[in-house]
Amino acid sequence: MAAKRRTHALVFAALGDATRLSLVAQLCGRRPYSISQLTQGSKLTRQAITKHLRVLEIAGIVHSVRTGRESRFKFDPQPIERLKQYLDFVSEQWDQALSRLKSFVED
Amino acid sequence: MNHCIEKRVELKAPVSRVWRALTDYREFGEWFRVKLDGPFVPGQVSRGQITYPGYEHVKWEAVVQKMEHERLFSFTWPHPKSFRKEEYPVNYSEEPSTLVEFRLEKTAGGTLLVLTESGFDALPGDRRLEAFRRNDGGWTEQMKNIENYVTQKP
Repeated sequence: MAAKRRTHALVFAALGDATRLSLVAQLCGRRPYSISQLTQGSKLTRQAITKHLRVLEIAGIVHSVRTGRESRFKFDPQPIERLKQYLDFVSEQWDQALSRLKSFVED
Repeated sequence: MNHCIEKRVELKAPVSRVWRALTDYREFGEWFRVKLDGPFVPGQVSRGQITYPGYEHVKWEAVVQKMEHERLFSFTWPHPKSFRKEEYPVNYSEEPSTLVEFRLEKTAGGTLLVLTESGFDALPGDRRLEAFRRNDGGWTEQMKNIENYVTQKP
């Protein structure tokens, strides 16, 4: 449960980086990519890409799947969906609080 | 303002009345449903206990940022990701903080209150979201939802 709570913060942090966002953008098609494929057409080194993928993996945004001798990375939409649900929840709380404020000052 | 929650409410009450409801800690406590230990002071931590039924185990903790008379009241607060009783006490220092701002404007009918909560700023901004949109796949729609959500404009 505590892990789940921390997940939001991890997802926020994982997405708060331009390189990782572009990796997610590449991965969010259904196809899994290998590190070599992700390194091609990128200015970043293989090590840098690996490091960023690791952050995304810890946040649960990507998962690695092994195919033969190579690891491929696959996108998982769930953490970001949960983030949206969380924002919906915060928004709903404000709607309720502000409606209480309204009654409070208008009475 | 990007990636924040924004709410606009027209209140049929003078600005001075709304200001008091926001910045007097007892009045704030009544509508927000929190029992605060003491007055709001800019730069200082405000502590208390939530009184909202079912959430009484949740501690209120915020750092008052600005109190510009009858114009702007703001504070930052940590965001516990769960309010479930069994997960308390939560270590707030581990949680990300957001900035809450209440802005007041006089209107013909009373007061316009604009609330924003920002600092979910690790969320992708508009331009970054473009990258997602250009990509094929079912994810595009979901990202658009988030974008709509976090970039609500008046």
